[in-house]
Amino acid sequence: MTGQTGRAFALAVFLLGPASADDIPANQRLSGYDMMGAEAQAMQRDDFANPAMLAVKEGEGLWKAAPAEGRPSCQSCHGDAAATMKGVAARYPAREASTGRVLDLPGRVQACQTERQGVAPVARDSTGLLALEAYLALQSRGLPLASPRARGLEDAASRGEALYRQRFGQLDLSCAQCHSQNWGRSLGGTRIPQAHPTGYPLFRMEWQAIGSLQRRLRNCMTGIRAEPFPAGAPEWIDLEIYLKERAAGMAMDAPAVRP
Amino acid sequence: MPVSRPPDPENGRRIVVDRRKGLCLLCHSGPFPEVRFQGDLAPSLAGAGSRWNPAQLRARLIDSRLFNGETIMPPYFRAEGQFRMAGAFKGRTILTAEEVEDVTAFLSTLRE
Ligand code: HEC
Ligand code: HEC
Repeated sequence: MTGQTGRAFALAVFLLGPASADDIPANQRLSGYDMMGAEAQAMQRDDFANPAMLAVKEGEGLWKAAPAEGRPSCQSCHGDAAATMKGVAARYPAREASTGRVLDLPGRVQACQTERQGVAPVARDSTGLLALEAYLALQSRGLPLASPRARGLEDAASRGEALYRQRFGQLDLSCAQCHSQNWGRSLGGTRIPQAHPTGYPLFRMEWQAIGSLQRRLRNCMTGIRAEPFPAGAPEWIDLEIYLKERAAGMAMDAPAVRP
Repeated sequence: MPVSRPPDPENGRRIVVDRRKGLCLLCHSGPFPEVRFQGDLAPSLAGAGSRWNPAQLRARLIDSRLFNGETIMPPYFRAEGQFRMAGAFKGRTILTAEEVEDVTAFLSTLRE
């Protein structure tokens, strides 16, 4: 083999090899919680101090209430969320068996609203939807994120990985260049996390609000001066699926707090 | 590159420390005592003018990819080829040709 073909061969093996060959080894993964300061950690741990718990309370109310006169509440179909919704957020996005479509958690809630409750779905990133997401996420707190590849989402995970490694925007940077290759370093004073989506929806101090994973990803995209995908676009869901594959097995800490 | 005026190293310094314009200190550090938060993703800019001549500095600003295909340093004078460029930036370079010359002139003064 000449040097050239040798390199091409090595590249092909690398591209076909395990997805995480050049990523963070499983035993070195750290969540955003692990990497943040003690003060923010203490705020997250204390349910009375964690501002995201307000959204959880609101979500509990929405879970139990009829969405409109004579329409069924979430609870009237699903019962006690502490029992029936345990672990659900940890395995979303998921493929719906009856239709084959892949839904993320907010998409699932919206589908139940239109198809089961017969009401107009609440918008993504509205306080009402974030509240329901936060309430559902709480039911998975401490549980490990499930592997999407192991649940038949290989194709979506591969598309998501390609996006994760794609350079974007005027600054021409990829997610991987910051989060796999330079995590832990200081980007103008901000410590770059490993981008594990364990805590969403979460209260971000910079936002002074609870926000979704898509909002976080949108921030990273606009930071590199790239055009974000439209809300709910399949590309976001593919990216989320890949991020969850990278983070499979890590414990959920939603609803979290981040700086 | 064709430019409309002589380089202004003082403007170059302003661009380098500006987090929205040059963005340099998001990744680099350097002799800028007034900037509290500097990056550590890239080598210090201190002494850049002793390590590289103006032509080399200019080329790195224009497009660092030419020297290191994997670099994280943004291409400051390339308007095309980036994926999904945000609407407001479409077809535009990060710096103008004049600003590239200003920064080059400023970096040339950074001698250890
Ligand atoms: C130029 C560097 C950079 C790029 C490129 C970048 N990010 Fe980020 N990202 C950051 C920083 C810095 C933070 C933390 C922000 C903070 O704490 O204020 C962050 C936060 C995150 C988080 C939140 C982690 C947590 O613990 O909550 C996720 C998820 C994430 N990024 C995913 C992505 C994805 C996906 C892409 C590509 C579409 C991307 N990022 C591109 C720098 C970057
Ligand atoms: C997102 C990160 C990033 C940004 C922003 C950035 N650089 Fe860089 N720069 C790098 C990295 C990394 C290197 C090391 C060489 C390489 O990887 O290409 C580098 C190398 C250099 C070098 C050569 C350093 C040496 O002495 O070897 C100079 C000079 C330089 N950059 C100047 C600048 C200036 C001026 C700006 C802003 C107008 C800037 N950089 C913005 C990441 C960055």
